[in-house]
Amino acid sequence: MPDTFKPRTAEEARDVVRWAAAEREPLEIVGQASKRALGRPVQAGHVLDMSGLAGIELYEPEELVLTALPGTPIAEIEAALAAKNQELAFDPLDYGPLLGNPAGQGTLGGVIAANLAGSKRLKHGAARDHVLGMDAVSGRGEIFHSGGRVVKNVTGYDLPRALTGSWGTLAVATRITLKVLPRAQTEATFLLSGLGDAEAATAMTAAMGSSAEVSAAAHLPAAAAQDLAARGHTLSGPSTLLRLEGFGPSVDYRFEQLRALLGADRPVVRVEADASRALWRAVRDAEAFAGTDDLVWRLSVAPTAGAAVVAQLAGRFACKAFYDWSGGLVWLAVPGTDARAEAIRAAIAACGGGHATLVRAPAPLRSSIPVFQPQPAPLAALSARLKEQFDPHGILNPGRMTAGH
Amino acid sequence: MSGIAMPRPDEAVLSRREEIVRALKEMVPGEGVIDTDIGMRVYETDGFNAYRQMPMVVVLPETVEQVSAVLRYCHENGVKVVPRGAGTSLSGGALPLGDGVLMSMMKFNKVLDIDAANRAVVAQPGVTNLGITRAVEHLGFYYAPDPSSQIACSIGGNIAENSGGVHSLKYGLTTNNVLGLEMVLITGEVIRLGGKHLDSEGYDLLALMTGSEGLLGVVTEVTVRILQKPETARAALVGFPSSEAGGQCVAEIIGAGIIPGGMEMMDELAINFAEDFVNVGYPREAGALLIVELDGPEAEVDHLLSEVEAIARRNGASSLRVSTSEEERLAFWAGRKSAFPAVGRISPDYLCMDGTIPRRALPQVLARMRELSEKHGLRCANVFHAGDGNLHPLILYDANKPGELERAEDFGADILRLCVEVGGVLTGEHGVGIEKRDLMPVMFSEDDLKQQQRVKCAFDPKQLLNPGKVFPELHRCAELGRMHVSKGQLPFPDIPRF
Ligand SMILES: Cc1cc2nc3c(=O)[nH]c(=O)nc-3n(C[C@@H](O)[C@H](O)[C@H](O)COP(=O)(O)OP(=O)(O)OC[C@H]3O[C@@H](n4cnc5c(N)ncnc54)[C@H](O)[C@@H]3O)c2cc1C
Ligand SMILES: Cc1cc2nc3c(=O)[nH]c(=O)nc-3n(C[C@H](O)[C@H](O)[C@H](O)COP(=O)(O)OP(=O)(O)OC[C@H]3O[C@@H](n4cnc5c(N)ncnc54)[C@H](O)[C@@H]3O)c2cc1C
Repeated sequence: MPDTFKPRTAEEARDVVRWAAAEREPLEIVGQASKRALGRPVQAGHVLDMSGLAGIELYEPEELVLTALPGTPIAEIEAALAAKNQELAFDPLDYGPLLGNPAGQGTLGGVIAANLAGSKRLKHGAARDHVLGMDAVSGRGEIFHSGGRVVKNVTGYDLPRALTGSWGTLAVATRITLKVLPRAQTEATFLLSGLGDAEAATAMTAAMGSSAEVSAAAHLPAAAAQDLAARGHTLSGPSTLLRLEGFGPSVDYRFEQLRALLGADRPVVRVEADASRALWRAVRDAEAFAGTDDLVWRLSVAPTAGAAVVAQLAGRFACKAFYDWSGGLVWLAVPGTDARAEAIRAAIAACGGGHATLVRAPAPLRSSIPVFQPQPAPLAALSARLKEQFDPHGILNPGRMTAGH
Repeated sequence: MSGIAMPRPDEAVLSRREEIVRALKEMVPGEGVIDTDIGMRVYETDGFNAYRQMPMVVVLPETVEQVSAVLRYCHENGVKVVPRGAGTSLSGGALPLGDGVLMSMMKFNKVLDIDAANRAVVAQPGVTNLGITRAVEHLGFYYAPDPSSQIACSIGGNIAENSGGVHSLKYGLTTNNVLGLEMVLITGEVIRLGGKHLDSEGYDLLALMTGSEGLLGVVTEVTVRILQKPETARAALVGFPSSEAGGQCVAEIIGAGIIPGGMEMMDELAINFAEDFVNVGYPREAGALLIVELDGPEAEVDHLLSEVEAIARRNGASSLRVSTSEEERLAFWAGRKSAFPAVGRISPDYLCMDGTIPRRALPQVLARMRELSEKHGLRCANVFHAGDGNLHPLILYDANKPGELERAEDFGADILRLCVEVGGVLTGEHGVGIEKRDLMPVMFSEDDLKQQQRVKCAFDPKQLLNPGKVFPELHRCAELGRMHVSKGQLPFPDIPRF
């Protein structure tokens, strides 16, 4: 068992990192370690557990701002926001179900370090779009402040955003300030059935290009729809979902707009607010792939390329897919032990570019193939130089993102 | 020139000027190199025109290969480079260096790809902000971030400054609307980030580049997100007896869960200057004027406007008009949009400040600003992006009167210190440049600034790209890299261990 440090203050966290830097002792940084099964396994003799730095320090609903310590459970933050009819608009996804953990776990620090966003990312942006400020300890063992608590801020480089999604390999966050937004009064989902992947892509594109202000767009081919039906959602056959949120009259009006645009010769179902929320949670958290042993990939591509990439791959090996982000996010389940990394990345390159991340696989596989997309040489070198500027001795989560960092 | 000092010119470089110009002319043939005084004169300042400096030479590349060759040459020869777009920076970001190459990107002026299905446009950096909207409006789309300078400013400059506009309250700043870019490092290496997909991979270098003020790389191509034009837009023009009442109204609108497409406020002086200039019926007697624009489906806009009206009345609105036609909506905006020229007509010179504050500090900040105005003996008109607390105090002065520029600068610095004191920041959208460079320590500690400068070292270890901007002190990268940790004696008796 590695030694675990559990600091209670930013200064204590700094002292641990300072010691580790002096001793060249790698640290694994964890929130609640609920995402340990994601990314590359870290090789470290010591654990820095940030769950002791917890609590909401500041929440001003009328200023749309919240500051919390990184160990604050994300569920606590979402509950505090909900009490004031607000939310994290990037719709953080809960990896619990997919990774075989209980739902509802995890810390703010983990969510930000992973920059993971859910279905509403399509309209509202990713976690990084909502991060305003961050205090952190660099791998040099120095506390630094960056950003602020206001949305409009261009004072110096945008470090808070750049640290978001760095998986704890550049710095250990000790305080995070987020922009929060009002929660929609109500919502409904416009559901079209029976479309093939390519047809669905066309429908989603048309909806996103209309003024109906769709906040999420997903397509579940028959198999994925069936998996969700088995979990209690009312779906049958291939299902294309368009989410409408806002004030009641506006949702109704836009629903009719979509009907005029897409529903002329097809049956349309309206999924009402509660069922709609539950359905989108299942889509967001990739519940269709929960509870199996398949290897799971996330592919990020141009929205119109999603169906083409899947068509190429389906011709070459068995796999199951569904689409979020209007086709720009492909969840791909591959049965067996061959992750097909090269074929997947080649198909993405052939369809206009993007990247693929292996999000569920046994640890040995995650150590032996690149979990994150390999980068062209000049970009990889630049990233390595950036890592070195933050963490010269490579003590923060070594090996988490690449074999180098 | 007033108080802001620039890095001392490198005599060794200056003595090689002829050789450098010749080498550049080989890399960028035709009219791409300007080395005459008369030709370089237009580049000696930007929108922060209290400061002027002639560059050593101006180069206008047309291809990525040329950008790469020039930068590699400058890197190998220790020559500084200042990138420039349209030159509208209000913080002196594009101010040339006497021993540096000024690289104008304005020949990169083509829209390369309009991809309506993926809601993306690929453009060269010299395309103007409005040029992107113009290229896609026939398809019903627009590019949302809309700085007031949008007719002139370049999309490359927008990336470098992370520019915002009236629409940023609802639709975000540049950083929230950029999908990808191509850039050239000072070494000449060409790097591509992101693309038409939503999340870029690896470290978020796109976030670092956006707002980096030309210090990290030269942007040679940009992919931005475009949005469908809202079905309709209507505005309310509301007068209040005081800025306090106006500020309270803003807080309650947001508290009601409404995020307007735009929400702008002006103080009494600004209202009157604007009304003198455009004559659109602004209430001259009001202490504050609020413009609230709602956009979206008609049903939603009507519904929300009635809520905004009710909130405004509850907060003691002294006048209230709601636009009933597109002409009327544009007239409401005409005064706000011409606030800068309106002030320019009244005063020979003005400084436009750009701090951001937490909104609730507005009454306190305005009261203190009135005191400061008396202290410095200069007038100050206020326009602000009320929804996000971004202030634009316009300080009126006359550069021909001895000492007035210095007084204006001192007044501005006091305002920015005040912004930081109440929990805000030095600059909301105009950038640090040279203007706010020496104030950076008001907001950041030495460790904070050093960590930022280390980012620069990853991109440009010789610090040749736009030096003298943003950071008050130039530390050498070798010095920044040194670690001062002594061997720790762990056990940390106090930290819980398991
Ligand atoms: C409502 C809800 C929403 C959720 N949303 C998300 C989501 O959007 N994304 C998501 O991934 N999970 C989400 N989860 C939960 C869960 O599935 C995640 O695994 C959890 O957020 C990860 O947090 P953790 O603290 O367990 O992270 P860990 O698994 O401990 O860490 C994840 C990564 O973050 C790094 N890290 C953790 N803390 C810090 C820190 N202070 N500084 C620097 N790096 C750090 C770690 O090194 C590691 O690389 C959500 C849960 C709920 C209930
Ligand atoms: C009347 C007026 C109104 C304004 N209103 C607003 C407003 O509402 N909101 C707002 O945010 N700003 C506003 N500005 C400021 C200014 O227009 C913006 O900062 C704009 O983005 C600058 O673009 P530019 O092309 O003029 O860049 P420049 O002024 O030429 O350069 C600005 C900075 O960008 C760098 N740069 C330029 N191009 C590149 C490139 N291709 N690669 C790398 N670096 C580059 C330069 O080195 C410099 O540091 C206003 C300015 C004026 C004069």
